[in-house]
Amino acid sequence: MEEENFLTDDFLRQLIDVGEADILLGLPTHNNAKTIGSIVQTIRNCILRNFPRERAVIINADGGSRDGTQELITGLSISDVRPVAGVYALRTLHAISTQYATSPRNGEALRTILSAAELLRVKACIVISPESEGITSEWISSLIRPVYYEGFDLVAPTYSRHKFDGLLTTNLLYPMVRAVYGARIREAYMSEFGFSGRLASHFLGRNQWRDAIGESGTELRLLLAAVTGGFRICQSFLGKKDPVERRAADLVPTLRQSVGVLFSALESDFAVWSGISGSPEVPTNGEGPALLLEPLRINRKRLWEMFVKGVSELESVFQSILTPTTVSELKRIAALKEEEFNYPAELWVRTVYEFAAAHQKSLINRDHIIQALAPLFRGRVFTFIVENRTGSANEVADNIENLCLEFERLKPYLLDIWKSGE
Amino acid sequence: MREMIISELSQAVHELAKGFAHYLPRLIVMLIIAGVGWLIAYVVKALVRSILQFIKFDRMAENAGASQMLSKVALPSATELLTRFAFWLTWLGFLLLGASVLGIMGLQEQAASFFLFLPRLFVAMLILFFGVLAAGFSARAALLAAVNANVPSPKLLSLAVRSIIMVFVLSVVFEELGVAEQTMLVAFGIAFGALMLGLAIAFGIGGRNLAQRFLEEKFVRLNKERDEDELSPL
Repeated sequence: MEEENFLTDDFLRQLIDVGEADILLGLPTHNNAKTIGSIVQTIRNCILRNFPRERAVIINADGGSRDGTQELITGLSISDVRPVAGVYALRTLHAISTQYATSPRNGEALRTILSAAELLRVKACIVISPESEGITSEWISSLIRPVYYEGFDLVAPTYSRHKFDGLLTTNLLYPMVRAVYGARIREAYMSEFGFSGRLASHFLGRNQWRDAIGESGTELRLLLAAVTGGFRICQSFLGKKDPVERRAADLVPTLRQSVGVLFSALESDFAVWSGISGSPEVPTNGEGPALLLEPLRINRKRLWEMFVKGVSELESVFQSILTPTTVSELKRIAALKEEEFNYPAELWVRTVYEFAAAHQKSLINRDHIIQALAPLFRGRVFTFIVENRTGSANEVADNIENLCLEFERLKPYLLDIWKSGE
Repeated sequence: MREMIISELSQAVHELAKGFAHYLPRLIVMLIIAGVGWLIAYVVKALVRSILQFIKFDRMAENAGASQMLSKVALPSATELLTRFAFWLTWLGFLLLGASVLGIMGLQEQAASFFLFLPRLFVAMLILFFGVLAAGFSARAALLAAVNANVPSPKLLSLAVRSIIMVFVLSVVFEELGVAEQTMLVAFGIAFGALMLGLAIAFGIGGRNLAQRFLEEKFVRLNKERDEDELSPL
């Protein structure tokens, strides 16, 4: 309960007023006034229709909004007498907001929500991204039900996405988490997810979590903590996910908060993952993840150019990170013409594993290692797009599955290079 | 006359023998100090080598780019170089200490000034080491940032960052050592000014097209690229 110390007195007082709750709905926000109103309305409707007898509370952890986000959330609590769309609430839906800092910090936001969950002794919690405008009541129910009624500790989402949306997830995070941790979780970097109070308490008690407070990628840490802690995990299909608008320059921060977190976790979880082989299916509610095929404009030439430039300019950096064989292979494919270019799956997997081992050994500054991966990832994206340009949903799914199998096949190689410097 | 010569000669031999007898113990003490100093220097050498190997100093030097610099000028590894340096510094200290026992005025002054110089030498070495580390780190950071931002000529940018930091570090090191302080200050001013002027001229006149392309890419083509290449990685 030392988490209480970092919560403000006012927030603690509000939590004490609530007492205990069954369901907690966490909203980490920062200037999300445009979208948060409809999200809270959806939450409200979902609770009224699907969980009318449960004690529910919305916890907003705000990172210093100045657009009235907090007021929008707290203004939408439900009193226990007011009817909404013909449905009467049997319980009060509390909505509490706290500002944990004056600037957004992903780790602090989740820590606030987890601490509130622990203090309120909730059975089920969900965290919803304030950017998810397309959220529906069914999404929320799909995340709460497995925890509340079926005893699962973590519910990861799956979505229908465009075949070229989330390429870091399909080309690195999903296959690597699956191969290394033996968990087939499609969306390793979760923007919406559900979890139990038990998992929240476990995660809050981890030392490495305390070390990483304030860092990004805490959702991924939570997922890996659930996997390594032997918690019950399932996936729920939520529906179509709209792509989040990102600029090309956002790739490095994205790599830091996803791949960087994964590489760091590999170090502390070595004792667990080194003994895992294979990857059993994770129970999935609803349909499986589907791939959408609408035409999408992509500047392939730019991806190829940035790969070629990266390999040529960063050769000295790669020599510190990668084996000589991998460096020479990269130089060979960088010399190919655009139409002949191919970054094969095996070379990509070796590259990623060597980067992970270099990160563990801190061969050079760890952030530099993550930054150096960006141009190579662009090369892999180029190949993935070319290979799947005309592919049907099934063909693309098969290609992703083959990449996952390649990651699993080469796991002994990761173990070899991981131990080589010890 | 003959007796006088014999007397003077015997007195001179006597004086010589007396002087030799006076210096012999000191010489022996000096040799003992030198011998013990060699042993201590040897132990220091082994100790320094163990510490440097334990902290993986060679890897640090390699990461900072110092190893590459050393191998270019046919010097041994950073660990070996520092180990030898520690050995010779320790032994030289003992040799000067031993020499001072002989009571030779000039040598005593030299020994005293050597021991006074040691702390400054140590600080200068420390500044140089961390300076090389900082230059290597910053140059690599600039290179990676430039490559990922698709900035033209990333290696040139990285080299410029390394050069600026190294010029600054060297000027501080020479100032600490007290070697040609004024000259180094002026040299630093000239070198730094020339570098900045050179960059300004190169970017303004020589690299006019490059600058135009850079600015266009930064402010005009950005929106176009946004429309064309909006892949969400996660």
